[in-house]
Amino acid sequence: MTLLQVQGITKRFGGLQALSEVSFTLAEGEILGLIGPNGAGKTTLFNVLNGVFPPDKGRVIFRGEDITGLPPYEVARKGIARAYQVVRPLNDLTVRENVMVGGCFGRGCLSLGRAAQEAEGVLALVGLLDRADQLAGSLNVAQKKRLELARALGSHPYLLLLDEVLAGLNPSEITAMLDTIQQIRASGITILMIEHVMQAVMTVSDRVIVLDYGEVIAEGLPQEVVNNPQVIEAYLGDPKMAERLLQG
Amino acid sequence: MRNLLRLGYLLPVVLILIWGLVVIIHGEDTLREKTFTLLMFVGMASSLNILLGYTGYVSFGHIVFFGLGGYFGFYLLAQHDWSLIPASLAGGAMSAVIAGLLGVAVLRLRGAYFALATIGINEAARAFVTNFGPFGGATGLYVNFSVYEAYGGASQALWSTFTCLWITALATIIASALVKGSRFGLGLMAIREDEDAAMVMGVKAPQAKTLAFMISAFFPGLIGTLYFFKNGNVEPGDAFHLHMSIELLVMVMLGGQGTVFGPMLGAVTYEGLRGYLLTSPLFKSLHLAVSGLFLLIIVLFVPAGVVGWIRHRLPITRRLLE
Repeated sequence: MTLLQVQGITKRFGGLQALSEVSFTLAEGEILGLIGPNGAGKTTLFNVLNGVFPPDKGRVIFRGEDITGLPPYEVARKGIARAYQVVRPLNDLTVRENVMVGGCFGRGCLSLGRAAQEAEGVLALVGLLDRADQLAGSLNVAQKKRLELARALGSHPYLLLLDEVLAGLNPSEITAMLDTIQQIRASGITILMIEHVMQAVMTVSDRVIVLDYGEVIAEGLPQEVVNNPQVIEAYLGDPKMAERLLQG
Repeated sequence: MRNLLRLGYLLPVVLILIWGLVVIIHGEDTLREKTFTLLMFVGMASSLNILLGYTGYVSFGHIVFFGLGGYFGFYLLAQHDWSLIPASLAGGAMSAVIAGLLGVAVLRLRGAYFALATIGINEAARAFVTNFGPFGGATGLYVNFSVYEAYGGASQALWSTFTCLWITALATIIASALVKGSRFGLGLMAIREDEDAAMVMGVKAPQAKTLAFMISAFFPGLIGTLYFFKNGNVEPGDAFHLHMSIELLVMVMLGGQGTVFGPMLGAVTYEGLRGYLLTSPLFKSLHLAVSGLFLLIIVLFVPAGVVGWIRHRLPITRRLLE
């Protein structure tokens, strides 16, 4: 079943064409990787999907419902959650309270008590249960990344948008995070992930979309995409990246 | 409601309850006047904290709601012969409505821009009242002395006003605790920490902020009516002191923003100190300079305020001080 349909999304910022005619679909239970060079419009696409900016053109259909241009809090209630690239923990709240915000205001719309109970389970999944009563500001980067994930999961989303959750993690942390992502998918949550760590995105994704200058230049299985000449060209500004891609 | 039974929320409620009772039983006029001022600031600071401490919006215009709400309530008392309780509730309601309308416009602004806009509102409100005929213009309004007859004489009226204020201060603290312990409060605190991230998590920030602004404005309107009734008159100069807004900020920051107990502690401490400064020959014209210095020291060295500092240093007190 199709969970998300993105149809011809276009977004300009003044003279900058951030996204042009971006279209793709996302099936339920899938992990779709979104890659592309810096400035390709990946994060902008996320911002359009969860309502931070309305698109200039195009539509976003989520579970059969047109959610284009809804404010972010409405989109959250429909069941789309997001983990940020630059972590944004609510520093003066505890780890548990951070996750409760997701539970109380996300799709679940839980009461405080229920949200506190459910937060336990989510924190156990991401491995932060022993830090539940610590202030979020006191966590290290890897833990904050996990908190981002926990907070998004706390809202019981249908769709999880992951924006570079692996960036800044060391190799063993990356492996652990990938395991967690697989577990999340196994629990029935669909994932759209932006990622720069190619090795990782290639192993975990079912399909990959490549954005360059706001356009979709390739789409398909990870292996197909890395051998696509256009994709290699897009990355050529950064030869090391192209090399890494080819190895993937 | 269950949340209200937490020790940290009960403590300030019980303290205010006992304090008021002691004053009423004691029955002494000077003690009553002193307590009236202190409880007034407890209510003002605690209500400001709902916006400043929980939601993270710094307002220099809190006194506007005291002035406008108080004016409206007093107008009903003086010109339309309303009795004290309905008039003060109407004053509070008027403040909340004004906050709701203002909120639509100014709560779009964040940080320093919001703070600046609230200063503008204070000046605009004073100019409006000074030129508004029904509120008596620049000379203000006063009640006829005979109004006090209905309360059993002037002395009895002062005691009734005190009781009303005491209950209002209690209600403010209870409202503050209820907000803090609720789902709504969690949403406000999420807004305080990161408004954009909170919205992406599903917090309806525009609505939540406006509601917080309205709740925080309701109590000053009520307190204003009681205060002006006690004084027997109201004039623009009394109603919109910008420095009072700043002093309220100092109280909240001193005690600990975002806590239930902090603003109350800050209000009592600061008022006590101010009382001392105003009567000391050395400082009597410098008390505002001292409060400015205070604000500077707090912001630099103890940004979490006294209660926040104690909670941080002595984790054991966390259950007691919320």
